[in-house]
Amino acid sequence: MNQLSPVLETHNLNIYYGDFRAVTDVNIQIPRHKITAIIGPSGCGKSTLLRAFNRMNELVPNTHIEGEIIFEGHNLYGRNIDPVEVRYRIGMVFQKPNPFPKSIYENVAWAARIHGYRGNLDELVESSLTKAALWDEVKDILKQSALSLSGGQQQRLCIARAIAVQPEVILMDEPASALDPIATLKIEELMQSLKKDYTIVIVTHNMQQAARASDYTAMMMLAENTRSGTVIEFEETNTLFTRPKDKRTEDYVTGRFG
Amino acid sequence: MIVKRARETNDFSENLSLRQRSGKYWHLMFLAATIIGILALSALIINIVNSVFGYVIMDSKINPSTLAVNGIELEDQSTDQWIQLLQEKLSSGALKKLEDEKPLSERSRKDLFSLIETRVLKYKVLETWSLYDSLFRKSEIVNEYLRVKKEYPGAQLQFRSWIRGDLIMRSQSSEASTAGIRTAVLGSLWTILFTILFAFPLGVGAAIYLEEYAKDNWLNRLIQTNINNLAGVPSIIYGILGLAIFVRALEPLTSGALFGFVDPTTANGRTILSAGLTLGLLVLPLVIINAQEAIRAVPQSLRKASYGLGATKWQTIWAHVLPNALPGILTGTILAISRAIGETAPLVVVGASTAITFDPTSPFSKFTTLPIQIYQWTSRPQSEWRHLAAATIIFLLVLLLCLNAAAIILRNRFEKKY
Repeated sequence: MNQLSPVLETHNLNIYYGDFRAVTDVNIQIPRHKITAIIGPSGCGKSTLLRAFNRMNELVPNTHIEGEIIFEGHNLYGRNIDPVEVRYRIGMVFQKPNPFPKSIYENVAWAARIHGYRGNLDELVESSLTKAALWDEVKDILKQSALSLSGGQQQRLCIARAIAVQPEVILMDEPASALDPIATLKIEELMQSLKKDYTIVIVTHNMQQAARASDYTAMMMLAENTRSGTVIEFEETNTLFTRPKDKRTEDYVTGRFG
Repeated sequence: MIVKRARETNDFSENLSLRQRSGKYWHLMFLAATIIGILALSALIINIVNSVFGYVIMDSKINPSTLAVNGIELEDQSTDQWIQLLQEKLSSGALKKLEDEKPLSERSRKDLFSLIETRVLKYKVLETWSLYDSLFRKSEIVNEYLRVKKEYPGAQLQFRSWIRGDLIMRSQSSEASTAGIRTAVLGSLWTILFTILFAFPLGVGAAIYLEEYAKDNWLNRLIQTNINNLAGVPSIIYGILGLAIFVRALEPLTSGALFGFVDPTTANGRTILSAGLTLGLLVLPLVIINAQEAIRAVPQSLRKASYGLGATKWQTIWAHVLPNALPGILTGTILAISRAIGETAPLVVVGASTAITFDPTSPFSKFTTLPIQIYQWTSRPQSEWRHLAAATIIFLLVLLLCLNAAAIILRNRFEKKY
């Protein structure tokens, strides 16, 4: 695959909760090995769009989509695609750190094991934790419960856990919103080091974070009449923050709105 | 005066003293409710303990010391000597009946000794008193004893604790002083074993289905509502159901005939298996509801984390949902089982035996259980059986207390902080 070709493409994507259309007509291309931020006011469908990328939406009853999401040439919602396979290749990190109530080692090793990982688990755990910038802090306490870690460490453990299954894309749903500024900074640095191997899509409320950490930014907004969210502008982050085309984007990023 | 001034200057404290006072009334009411509850419980315990200890007048037809042979006391003699004694003292008809039930030579020493006690020595409780009477009406008791002594020269007055070490070692007997609850304890344990084997896998399975797999449609909501209602159905109804299904319809299965098992004493389905399955049906809704609650208490974030890593539904349930729900499931099951142990009514309907002296040996044996035994003994006219029932109640209460303690320990030990 070409380094410049997009990893994920959406074509006229609409996402429904029951009869309610939460997200309307999204056409974006997520570039490979870049960090793409999705920003916008609360309730505009950012997380819904993000969860559509690895079919986590389907855990909520009565959701369905129209349009398509193309991942490496496959329609993710195609008839013969199993969501389990999708989530295996497109990993996810959640808003609140949610490590399993098991040991730190088990947290990282479990998913690899269920996917039939054949290599050396110890090495995988070490490399995943190293990539997640957590190894030095936990290498002596691998057998301890993951719940004994601090919030920031737990979130990095969740990232290590996602890396351990070797996905191609990592989706992050406001990964730093429950953390203090120092832990947030660590997560942002971590994202920078991860992007050479993975494509990262991050939803954030924090515009400084999007400006600091992302390469591309998608601005979402609710349509006035339908109360349904859509992407109103998708640009390189620098351009979007300095020379927004859309008036609403300008108002939002300059703090006059939202 | 302070209050009045505050009212003049501060609007917000108006009526404050009134509100505080009404709060105090409620406080007292709640305290009273608690005290009444505790009093009722203590009355129950005191009432039972009152019956467990007390004076009895005992009579025996033959003084055991006269049966010593060559200086060896009756209790220390060999089994053969005991059998010989029985053969000497019993009529041939009674002997034949005993041999038909189980040959004397195959019986245990305990069994033989209790036969000697009831058939040869013929211990008999003539009169009993409660603990209260024994403590505060000693003179009346002594007078009564002297009166009885004229009629029964061998009578003895003794202070008796009806709960005794060998209570659970002895089998049922026609004489209160030698009767025990071994048969009932074994019957209860056998029955509960089948209740657990039936209700636990079925209940947990149903709970997993309802919580993790079932879609939220009208059919599943109907099923859920019905399970909740079934938990409140009177237990006697389950007894009737058990009688119809397990005793009658499934008789070949529950009597063991299907497996070529023929017990001459039970030619029907009134067996331990029927009782266990009936109690299993009874507690099944409780097990399901408790397991559902435990499964529901596993945070959604854990399921999401697991799905997000590409785990299948079953991998998620097996690796994360069940291990985290297990303490709750076990606690709920133990509480449901302790209810089953105390159940009487359904077993009466299913056909618990009124008086059996033989221990259950298989799922197809006749049975009696602790609550059934208590129920029978308390309904007898002679007062000594009520004392024995009280002792059995103490045993049952201790058993239930142990189970509940186990449930609490499990809950505290495995309590997870997510």
